[in-house]
Amino acid sequence: MFESPRWVRISALVAGVALMLLVPFYADTFWMQAGLFAIAAAIGAIGLNLLTGATGQLSLGHAFFLAVGAYGYVYFASESDNHFVGLGLPTPVAAILAVLLAGLVGGIFSPIAGRLKGTYLGIATLALIFIGQHILSNAESVTGSHNGRQVPPLDLGFLVFDDSPELVVANVPLGAFERLWFLALILLVISAWVARGVLRGRPGRALNTIRDHEIAAGVMGVPVARYRAAVFVLSSMYAGLAGVILALVFRQTVPDYFGIILALDYLAMIVIGGLGTVAGAMIGAVFITLLPQVLTRYSDGLPLVAAPGSGGFSPAEAARIIYGAAVVAVVLFLPGGLFGMWTRIRLAVAARRHRAV
Amino acid sequence: MTKFIELVVNGLSVGSVYALIALGFVIIFKATEVVNFAHASLLLVGGYITAVFHDDIGFLPALAAGMLTAAVVGMLVEFLVLRRGRTSDHGVLAIVTIGVDILLTTELVRRIGTDVLDLGDPWGSQSVTFAGITIPQTRIAALLVATVLITAFLLAFRYTTWGVAMRAAAEDSETASLMGIKLSRVSLGAWAVAGALAAVAALFLTVFPTPGLDRNTSLVALKAFPAAILGGLDSTTGALVGGLIVGLTESLATGYQDQLHFLGHGLSGVAPYVVMVLILLARPAGLFGTRELTRV
Repeated sequence: MFESPRWVRISALVAGVALMLLVPFYADTFWMQAGLFAIAAAIGAIGLNLLTGATGQLSLGHAFFLAVGAYGYVYFASESDNHFVGLGLPTPVAAILAVLLAGLVGGIFSPIAGRLKGTYLGIATLALIFIGQHILSNAESVTGSHNGRQVPPLDLGFLVFDDSPELVVANVPLGAFERLWFLALILLVISAWVARGVLRGRPGRALNTIRDHEIAAGVMGVPVARYRAAVFVLSSMYAGLAGVILALVFRQTVPDYFGIILALDYLAMIVIGGLGTVAGAMIGAVFITLLPQVLTRYSDGLPLVAAPGSGGFSPAEAARIIYGAAVVAVVLFLPGGLFGMWTRIRLAVAARRHRAV
Repeated sequence: MTKFIELVVNGLSVGSVYALIALGFVIIFKATEVVNFAHASLLLVGGYITAVFHDDIGFLPALAAGMLTAAVVGMLVEFLVLRRGRTSDHGVLAIVTIGVDILLTTELVRRIGTDVLDLGDPWGSQSVTFAGITIPQTRIAALLVATVLITAFLLAFRYTTWGVAMRAAAEDSETASLMGIKLSRVSLGAWAVAGALAAVAALFLTVFPTPGLDRNTSLVALKAFPAAILGGLDSTTGALVGGLIVGLTESLATGYQDQLHFLGHGLSGVAPYVVMVLILLARPAGLFGTRELTRV
């Protein structure tokens, strides 16, 4: 397959990261928050793409593992008081434990996941969403039920991810969102790098073989059951990490957010971006997360989009209709998603250049 | 004991409605091997049309219009979307139906808004008391109508040319096609029947004691998924049994929620899913589903 020379790829990556590092110095709060949602979604979507895209295990329950991460962090990090219980651990420890907890819950579910195939698995994971919602609204002392629960800010000792104490760099005050932005970016780069390593190496080939032909994979010596369980745990941990970041951005977690709509959003992300690739998951996550925000911000100037309640399409509805259509269109016309389209364009350009030489 | 019997009758009635939905789901799967996640939105289409037209043209014509619209929408989904899919991977086609579902549900929920629509059914809130047991008329109607429809469907499935074509296509689509069965017509038919059944189910999901058709009706319809799955995706018998199990579970969990208080509020919403997971643990292909036997 065509690949740019190594120095081109590395300098593009460096330029991209440098550009992203500059964002907090220019963007306003609205875009900072939207961007943080997009980064969190990208991490979650990478995890789902490992499971559904690369291994072919349909999951409608990704939102549940996000909830485990978010509420796990809140539980581990908060102190107990009259209303709520918590362990009051140092916040970085709580964040790591929350990710591990998501993995553990994924591991507990994996005997079920390992026995079921295709649609059966998809609908069994749908059960996770409803069971999760039930627990979230009933275990009030842990989750705060419908009112949600406040999220303690992450405190690394030398840096607190909160608006105070004040921190000014180059005349720009860096509040909670700005500081979280840098953290989330680092986590995203690590997550993407790990997932890329998994997909490009031996495990990735094994996972793809399981997706394409499970029996053949078994015949060729791939421990199918173990890989399926492992990828389920890994994907849950990605979701857990995304959940922790989301909780830190929200500062107040509410159960309603982690419902079936969120789970479908994540599926839409990986389909639109491109199944089975890290870049595809990230593109899809940015698309699905930013679309409603962009429509909300610019709804005045757009035809057909109107303020909520005025009879037209509200920005959120317009966004859902656009990406519902995008899911259908991508599968019909763009196998490989947006990222696949990008790859094909690059290949075509390279082929033409090759001929010219 | 009276309470128990009432709950069981209620459960059977609601269960028969779930069975109607699950049956459509299973028919589509048998005919095309595609899992239709847009099923809940077909149901919403049927219910919405019935609700909008019943004032002008009367209840029965409106119901017929609802069934017809849902059937046509189902056929359009098959014809315009699934048939054009450039993939033979049924998992990917299932995700396409999720896209279709998002489209249809968003538009319908936007139209419904915060209203609770009445479907204009003739039964209202009356109930029948027989030997000390009180059952709402709507529940009896649901049970009767669902039984008649399901019986009619199963007879057609067994004895008509259409049914034979459908079963042949499900058994071995390539051979069926060589024998002169038009597969495209079979799958169009499956989607039409499934849509019409879903529209009838929409009626009975929204009549008394439920307040009416609102934006959450499609969430209620989602319970037909566990029904279809726990019975076995490729089994019509399974859809019926699955529907009844889900209905009974839900009804009993609602009726005995005081005794089951330790499991939390709103247990009836989650109980069907728990039962499904437990059944799938024991039988991964559902109660009546075909097990894929592979040996390595």
